[in-house]
Parts: sequence; C-alpha cells; structure tokens
Amino acid sequence: MRLLVAMLFVSTAAPAIAQDHSGHAMPSAQSPAQTECEKEAERHRAMGHSVPEGACAPKAQPAEPVSADRHDGHSGMDHSQMDHSQMEGVDHSAMDHSAMDHSKMPAMDHEGTQSSGQAPMDHQAMDHGAMDQGPMDPGTMDHGTMNHDTMDMAPIPQAPPPAAAGSGPPRAADAIWGAEAMRASRDALRAENGGMNVFWFQGDRAEYRARQGGDGYLWDVQGYYGGDLDKFWFKSEGEGTFGESLESAEIQGLWSHAIGPWWDLQAGVRQDLTGPERTHAVIGVQGLAPYMFEVDAAAFLSTKGDMTARVEAELDQRVTQRLILQPRAEVNLSAQDIPELGVGAGLDSVELGLRLRYEFAREFAPYVGVEQEWKVGQSADYARLAGEDPSVTNYVVGVRFWF
Amino acid sequence: MSTTKPTQPFAFDRRRFLTRSAQAATFMGLAYTVPAWARGGDLHNGEIRPGFDEVSGRDIALTIGEGPRVVQGRRGHAIAVNGSVPGPLVRLKEGQPVRLSVTNTLDEDSSIHWHGLLLPFQFDGVPGVSFPGIKPGETFVYDIPALRQSGTYWWHSHSGLQEQAGHYGPIVVEPAGADPVQTDRDYVLLLSDFTPLHPHTIMDKLKKGEGYFNYQQNTWTDDYPLSGEDRRMWARMRMMATDILDVTGSTYTYLANGRGPEEGLEFLFNPGERVRLRVINGSAMTFFNVRIPGVKFWVVGADGQNVRPIEVEEFQIGTAETYDIVVEPTGEARTIVAESMDRSGMAVATLASRPGARATVPPLRDPPLLTMADMGMNHGSGGMDHGGGDMAGMDHSAMGHDMPSQGAAAEPMGGMDMSGMNMRDTSKLPSDVRIGPGIDMVSMNPVDRMGDPGLGLDNVPHKVLNYRDLVALESNDDLRRPSRQMEIHLTGNMERYMWSFDGKKFTAVSDDPIRFAYNERVRVKLVNDTMMAHPIHLHGHFFELVNGAPADRQPQKHTVIVQPGGSATFDLTADEEGDWAFHCHLLYHMHSGMFQIVTVAPRGNHPDVKRVGED
Repeated sequence: MRLLVAMLFVSTAAPAIAQDHSGHAMPSAQSPAQTECEKEAERHRAMGHSVPEGACAPKAQPAEPVSADRHDGHSGMDHSQMDHSQMEGVDHSAMDHSAMDHSKMPAMDHEGTQSSGQAPMDHQAMDHGAMDQGPMDPGTMDHGTMNHDTMDMAPIPQAPPPAAAGSGPPRAADAIWGAEAMRASRDALRAENGGMNVFWFQGDRAEYRARQGGDGYLWDVQGYYGGDLDKFWFKSEGEGTFGESLESAEIQGLWSHAIGPWWDLQAGVRQDLTGPERTHAVIGVQGLAPYMFEVDAAAFLSTKGDMTARVEAELDQRVTQRLILQPRAEVNLSAQDIPELGVGAGLDSVELGLRLRYEFAREFAPYVGVEQEWKVGQSADYARLAGEDPSVTNYVVGVRFWF
Repeated sequence: MSTTKPTQPFAFDRRRFLTRSAQAATFMGLAYTVPAWARGGDLHNGEIRPGFDEVSGRDIALTIGEGPRVVQGRRGHAIAVNGSVPGPLVRLKEGQPVRLSVTNTLDEDSSIHWHGLLLPFQFDGVPGVSFPGIKPGETFVYDIPALRQSGTYWWHSHSGLQEQAGHYGPIVVEPAGADPVQTDRDYVLLLSDFTPLHPHTIMDKLKKGEGYFNYQQNTWTDDYPLSGEDRRMWARMRMMATDILDVTGSTYTYLANGRGPEEGLEFLFNPGERVRLRVINGSAMTFFNVRIPGVKFWVVGADGQNVRPIEVEEFQIGTAETYDIVVEPTGEARTIVAESMDRSGMAVATLASRPGARATVPPLRDPPLLTMADMGMNHGSGGMDHGGGDMAGMDHSAMGHDMPSQGAAAEPMGGMDMSGMNMRDTSKLPSDVRIGPGIDMVSMNPVDRMGDPGLGLDNVPHKVLNYRDLVALESNDDLRRPSRQMEIHLTGNMERYMWSFDGKKFTAVSDDPIRFAYNERVRVKLVNDTMMAHPIHLHGHFFELVNGAPADRQPQKHTVIVQPGGSATFDLTADEEGDWAFHCHLLYHMHSGMFQIVTVAPRGNHPDVKRVGED
C-alpha cells in the first residue's frame, strides 16, 4: 500500500518536472533503457549479490529492538538487510552509467556551483544510496526514496554571509563577562591553538672516528627555537684528531623562514672557530626533498670575500621499525682558491657515508658506520703538499640524539 | 516539576526529538561495575580511581583535581573530576534545568565543556570564547536552562591539553517522554586513551619528529602489500601510507570506562536481555573500530539523536562522536573490541552473563594503509568505466553505491602510475584559502565520502556502519532549503605538524570568525585536503548530514568525520546565538591551529520560526 502511494507520487511528479528515469528503471518507461536496466539487474545478480527477489519491498525487521514505527511514510527505505559492503571486488565498469541520462533531469540540484554542463556532476542530492542496487526489479522500485524534494530548481548559491550576520557584537562573551575578564583567556586561546613555540636540539652526528694516522672525533649538531614558519636556527660542526688541536669548527646563527611545505630559507652568520678565524654571511635552504632526502644547502661569503658552498643530503632507510640505515653525502665547493685553508677552486671535497643506527628511542640512537672523504682537484694538491692523505676512510661509532 | 516547555528566552522547543507522552517508567538497568564510592575524596594524595560514579539532580557539584594514576602498571599524572577517570556520569533530564557548580583545585585554569548540549553560549565552557575559564580555587556555576534534548553526550575540559590527562566523563540526558529505545539494561561505554607522558610532551614530539609514535611504518622487512613502485611513490610525495593516527598504541593504553584491556571491564546481562550500550569516544586522538565478534547489533543513536535502527557488525567512531547500540548477547560472554583505527592497540570490555565470564579476545587485525581515495584521487583509477568522457567528473561515491573505495582504491595504490600527478595543485583551492607552507596537499578530486565506513574497514567481510546508513528517527523541524552554501577546507602539513581551516591557523583568524545570521540555514561543505580523517565538531548546534537521507530525516550530529581527501556536507540552522568553538576534535590538531570561532548573530527581534513538525 505504501509502496503504491510512493509510486503514485513518482508517476504524478515526474511529468511535472520532466524527469527521465529511463536509467532508473521506472516501471512505466517502455524504453530501451528498461532492458538496459534489466540487463544491469542481471549483471548484478551475476555478481553474486545474495539478495532475494523482492527484497526491496517493505519488510518487517526481525528482532526489531525499537518499538516506534520505523516505516512511517517510507521516506527512506531500509536496506539494512542488503549489506552492500559484501560487494567485494564488484566491477562497476559493468554498470555502464552512460545509460542513465541525467541530462534530462533539469530539476536536479547540482550543488550550486555548476548549473550547466555535465562534467562535474554531483549526484549527491539524488540519493541513489536509497536505490536498490541489487535486483533492479522494476515492479518494486521505490522512487519515493529518491528524495526529489531536495531537487530544487535553482542551485544553492555560494555566497558570503548576509549583512545580518554581522549584526552582533564582535565578541559575544564580552557582553556577559566583560571584556577585561575575557582578555587573558582569549590571549591564551590564541597562543594555545596554533601559536606555540618549540625548542629542538639535535646531535645528528656525534662520533668517534677510527682511521689511519690517528683517530679523531666529529660533532654535527643543530637546533631551533620558534614557531611553525619562523625560527631561530643554530648549527655547529667541527672535527679533530685526538691529541691535536681542533682541525675545524664553526657555529652558525640563522633566521629560518618557511618558504614552502617542506623547505625553509635560512640566512644569517657563520663564525669559524679555528685556523684563520673568519666570519661568513650565510644563505641557504634546508628541508625535505622528494623521496624523503633531508637536504641542507648553503652558500657562504666570508669577510675576506671568499665564496664557498656546502650541500648535505641524508636519507633514512628503515630496515625495521628501529634499525635505520642512513646514507649521507656532502659536497663542498669553492669559487676561488683559498690557500691558507687548503681549499681549491671548484669542487673542494666530497664525503660519502653510511651509518646504521638503532633507535632505542626516537631520541636516542647509537650507530656504527663508515665514511669516506676525498679532497678533490686543487684541494687534493694542497693536502698532499701539507703531507696529508687527500683520501681518508673513517670507521665511525657515535650516537644520534635529539630533545 | 517536569516540563518540556522552554523556560528561558534562549530555549526553543524545536529540538524536541521525542514525543511528549507521559513520563515513562523507563527501566534503566544500571549495573555499573564501579562501586558508588563517596565523591570528593582526597584528590591530592590519593590515587585516581578508574571508572565513574553518577551525579544527578537540580544542583550538581563537580571538583577538578589531580593525582597519580596507574593503568596496568603504567604510571602517569591525571587530572580528574571527583577523583576518577573518567569523571562522574552526569545524568540529566530533558525539560529540566540544571546548575552545575564546578570547582577548580588545580594550580592552572580549567573548564568543562558540555559536548553536544544545546545551551546558552556563555555556559558552553570554552575559555576565550564562551567564558573566561575557571581560575585556580574558583567555583563556576553553569546555570543551564531546561534541557531541550535527550540522549548520550559527554563533557571534557576545553583548557589546554587537560582532556588528555583524564578530564572527561559521560552525560546521559533522559527523555522527558517514553524512550523509543526500550532495553533491559543501559550501560555507558566511554572509550579513551591513557598515556604516562605529559600531554605537552606528546605535542612536542609531534612537532619535532614526524611519525614519532608510529611503529608500523613501512620498512624493508614489512608485510605491507606495497610494491616497490608504491613505496617510491609515497616517498616521492614525502608522505607515509601508514600515517593513520598521529598518536598510537606505542604510548597509549586504550581504556574502556577508564580501564585498560587487562583490567576486565564487564557489563552483566541475563540471556535474552536486550542491552543498550552508549558508546562515547572520549579519547584525545583515537578513532576506534568497535565490534562484538560474532554478534550483530543495532545502531539506534548517533551523537545523542535517535536514528532508524541499522543492523551492523562493526562501526568506526571518531573522536568525540557517540553511538548508541542495542545488542542481544547470547552465550556466556561476548567481547566488545574497540580497536584503534591504526590497529596498534585496543580497549576491551566484556558482556558477561555472570561475573568473571569471558570470551576470546581476538588479535589485532593487520594495520591498514592509506589508499588513493585518501589522497583525493577517487577517479582516474582503472576499473571504472563511466561510458563516456562527459561523465568524467561524476561523483559515484556520492551516489551511494555503498562501495566507498570502489575496489580499485581499496587496493593500496594498485600499481597506479603517479608520474605527472600534482599532489598540491593550489589552483584547485578557492580564493579564501591561504596558500602557504601550512598546506602540503590539495585533494585532486574531493568526492563526498560520507558513504565510507572509515580507514581500513572497506574490505572487512561484514556490514560496517557508514554515514549514509543514518536516518533520523523523528522528522527534522527545519525543512527550509539552505539559502547559501559555503566550503571550508581542512588543511595541514604533516611534516611541520600544522593543522588549520582554509590554510589559516586560529592565530591568524582569531578576530575573524565564521559568521552566520540568526536562523540562517546554510549548507556547509567540508573538504579535506589532508590524508588524515578529521572529526569536526561545532559547539552548541546540531547540523544535519546531507547524506542522501530524505530532507526531513537527515541525521543530526554535532561531530562529523571528514575522510581523507574527501568531503562531507551538512545543513546548519544557525539558531543558537553567540560565539561557538568550531574545531577538529583531535586534541593536538586543535592545539596546532585547527580551530575557529563561529558567530551566530543575536536573535534580536527575530521571531522563532515555526517549523514543520512543531505544534
């Protein structure tokens, strides 16, 4: 009976709004689309939907835990028995929606943005969810579930709030508790929800280096303090041989500004702490490159006018959740010979390393590894002149940590 | 006095979901396993208890305190109300007013937000939006006029990160009339997450170490069904297919009514009885997959509102959502499993026919992976023949095929060629979205995903609830067509741990709220330009999901999950004047900036519109 009412509703409403239900298996539609639909129903059956005939007819729910009448009006059919989630691996390519001809449904709500043209059709308002996807039995199809009352003629416009939206006080709570009383909590709310600053300190490499001609050590630390976009960033690295004075050491203080989702632009000052002490202006980028390479590239202009550059890249390869293999590369470049530093123009030095660390905690990960350093070109010559080997292999053991 | 007539100017009787038949003697078989210990014990020296007492009546006193807490041998610091975690069940009654006096004994400000209750905004409990907060040593009185609703809700702190530390509890509002859900027993199952870490430590780790809590990442030795090509594609995008939840079982112990899985929470039943479970997700950061292995049950309520019963075997509950289910357990015992969405742990409770009866606890299922659909690439995948180029943009998931991920997408990446795909095409964003470092992804084709059962549940061999299954039991009262629509983008940067609406953290828009005219009806489309599911909560209102249900039966909710890369749409009648918080209910997302204020203009001389369904 209710079904009949629902069908009556559809058949009277349809002409009024010129709907073409050909693809929807309208019972009265004596069109080729119906056979298309029947074929489709057959396909659905062939897909193994274990839906009994007439399953979309109103039915009493077994073990119904609710006493209220749930079937009033049938404005939404209960397909709970159908369980479409069982339709694993269903290939919808067989469904051929091209037969559905939505173009003849001028009354459809296209979600406002697209009033014409089919391309970005949003059928959300059509509520096919309530349509029985299983056996599309024309006889029992309930178009009452199609929810035509949301298919208004005009799309809902995208619009700013009306003038009346601004009629209230700027802050409603002030009128009740007083602006003074609200101030502290309002400031706290702003600071708490997105305004936090973070301090981070990382020892990326803090290691003992075993090598021919005297073992040495190296540190490479960095950290920041600041918000999401702007930070004060500091870096320090240095190395030496035990029993000798520091070979090299530097410290950098940088302003770091986010220039993209993964990249920071960094600018500031670098102070060398060994040899002929120098100060450099620094500009560089640091961030995460595609394929998860952590990259730090910077150019340095010294107070003596020397231009140099350094590019470092690291890649964390998880062997297990805690065992991580990290290849690392570093290239140093120079725009000119700097004899007092043993640096030749062009490619100065190259380092390739491989470290295997175990994360007892994310913050504490001892490692072992090997690193090969080459002085290149003129720099290699300078090294040889100084009685050093331009190629050095370091076997390293150290710890990576942060807090 | 028992009446449903509004007694305050704020009150409208349009939100009356139940018939006003005479008071029914609803049998509430409350058999909580927690003894009703005296409240207001020593909050400072004594250990915080698990589970909760019950408070009710015209005047209710709550005391916020702190103390040590131990869960399965893991020790942490807890903020607790009336000495327990969760805090007491606040039992209210539709049509009756209530005064809740909340005393803060902490040495920092605190607050209580009544999640899901319709009330004057100044009693909503959000410091900095609705009131100044509760200072140390102070008592604040929430003077709430006659309640205009019934159902299952909850309360929690809206100050800092206190909620993570245990400052939350359940609310049950009994209907003024007969409850359409008639059961023999009625239990609250409040799910939450415990960590021995200080909440600020968690925030700090999330900011510094991407994937800090994720010990299910892809490795050289994992079993994930990812090809080498898939892995390279994810690495190229600088994202992780295993990024399901930010904070996981690596630090969390998942709680059922404050008890860890080994602490044996049980709900007693007699064979043949019908049991109502009011499931509340009171966690800080966890979506749960809830099931009772071997048992089908009926979902009868969502976010406190009755829905047409839908039989399922599992449902995913987002943070801050509530679902009421009815189950008729058989056998000696049945296990209720609430598995975290990333399957790194579970909360467990037992339906027991006698004390101590237990059923098998199933092992955790394999962790899920993000799919193409989660990247916002719902189309362009193979296997979907739309029969013509002019159907290219068709939104099939919105058509309710109930196959949210459409096979191909459920296959993680399915060997798709990603070259040439722009995962961050900012030209697809509307002009009011601020493009910057805070956006690491733009969904290419954000289709409506309200038919999606949730991450990892599209391939399980049983019926899982999705939003399209929800149909309001009673007719909605505002059947006006929305006069306008707006789009809000959920944006983020996983690497920097930035989260925002429209690319703007709350810090950037704290003086620029989302404005609605009084009684304005607006269609709001939430577009998720991230690969995380976000439970978006609007305070002080119910909105209706535009989920394909008939217009008068669109389900009313206060929190809606927007699936990764997809969209969700709701219709809102903005008829609760004042300022209201609007935010992602993942605590650390909110804390990172995914928060806004919604301002509803004063009612003024505006008449309360008489609507369909009202007398």
